Amino acid sequence: MNDKNNKNLIIRLFNVSKIFGGKSALKGITLDIEQGEFIFISGPSGAGKSTLLKVLYLAEKVSEGQILIDGMNLARISSSRLPLLRRRFGMVFQDFKLIPNRTVYENIALVLEAAGEKPSYIRKKVMQVLRTTGMEKKLKALPPTLSGGEQQRVAVARAVVGEPSIILADEPTGSLDSKSAQAILDFLMEYHKKGATVLIASHNLHLLESTVRGRNIEISEGTIKRTVTML
Amino acid sequence: MTHFVKKALADIRSNRFLNLITIITISLSILVVSVFLLFFENASRVIESWNQGGRAMIYLKKDFSLDMLPELKARINALGDIDEMIYISKTQALDKLKKEMSSQSAFLKTLKENPLPDALEIRMKSYNSFEEVQKFAQSIKAIGIVEDVEYGQGWLGKFLKIFNLFKITGYAMCSLFFLIALFITSNTVRLAFYSRKLEVEIMRLVGATETFIKAPFYVEGLLQGFLGGVLGLSVLLITYLTISSGITQSLASYVYFDIRFLSVKIIVLIIFGSTFLGWFGCYLSLKQILK
Repeated sequence: MNDKNNKNLIIRLFNVSKIFGGKSALKGITLDIEQGEFIFISGPSGAGKSTLLKVLYLAEKVSEGQILIDGMNLARISSSRLPLLRRRFGMVFQDFKLIPNRTVYENIALVLEAAGEKPSYIRKKVMQVLRTTGMEKKLKALPPTLSGGEQQRVAVARAVVGEPSIILADEPTGSLDSKSAQAILDFLMEYHKKGATVLIASHNLHLLESTVRGRNIEISEGTIKRTVTML
Repeated sequence: MTHFVKKALADIRSNRFLNLITIITISLSILVVSVFLLFFENASRVIESWNQGGRAMIYLKKDFSLDMLPELKARINALGDIDEMIYISKTQALDKLKKEMSSQSAFLKTLKENPLPDALEIRMKSYNSFEEVQKFAQSIKAIGIVEDVEYGQGWLGKFLKIFNLFKITGYAMCSLFFLIALFITSNTVRLAFYSRKLEVEIMRLVGATETFIKAPFYVEGLLQGFLGGVLGLSVLLITYLTISSGITQSLASYVYFDIRFLSVKIIVLIIFGSTFLGWFGCYLSLKQILK
């Protein structure tokens, strides 16, 4: 344990279980993730991948066990401090979770507005991520007018605009064609190179194996079946 | 704050119909309340003018003589704050009556003796209500030499009873309309909240605080309340301007008084009240939804 502490662990799970209506979604998961790691959580549908991500950003509370995020015990986080925890994460979802009646620019700016940033800084940062994701020409577009790949690029831009130390992506390529999926993964890899910890939950093992260099944690029936480091 | 106001205005624009209904409901409630207040304010002034600003006539008994006057004045002065006290002898009273009746005063010359009593006309320095004048008059009446005190207690007293009954009805109606407006406002916020459920969920995911999430709803509630108040008062003002001159003219032949619009103090209070109503409706709704 002491040896691991020296490695600057950013996420730690101790015997974490989650039960939904008598059914275990996670069973005694113990896991350490270092800062700057690229983690791929794989497994079949219903294996517990999404639940594992949800307990990290407290969309769900654990039934048993403890989670530490950068030394913060999630069990002790008050509801008033929850937003501060969430700002450490950038989140990407399969269904994009973009606000349909707000423009691309407004969707991305929301993260910084919620953090209380100044308008000039917000403008600068949003334009920066829009350029990086190749969406600067669509800044005034509404999400429903964009393709799936474009919407996911906006979602990724929103996830990174606040420069979070951890990216959680739940099936980020699930509803995209291979070209768009590749573009999203490339972008997440680029952000990872800046020092961010990236966790991607996906069942698309083939695509990720061809792209990602990192640790693959395979989950089945709520437990870690095996861990493989992909070089 | 600018962000929240912009957001609230955008939400009002995107839910125009719902917001319009809420604003109209608030304005109707405000209109009802304002109509009652307008009536009460003017009726109170009319009562006061009929009561001649706290005036009373003290009629004295036949055995009154002038040497009793200083003592009587002192006793009346001891009973309360008197601003003015004028002695009107029965001769002066008859002369005054003759002048007032002018051409029809011929029959007064046939009188063998003056039937009018000596009197004192008093005006209270400060009084707050008709009841206060009434109480003061009763204590004057208890003085032995005083025959009667006239302060409009007859039909004015009866009118006051009806007026008070109307006042209670007014309060009940105002409370009812306040509750209706509150119910509609809180339901509008509830509907707005549910229509933006995804937005709220996303805001929470990106680390928005509850204050950041709730603020636009509160601003929307405040704006609805404010606009409802302004609209209600505007309708009342237009109606007032349209019909007030006609009423004043037709009543001027019976009694002198002018119908005045609500005072600035009352207008400010109404606007503040309607704005509070919008905020309170929002508060109740969000408290229930986000508990």
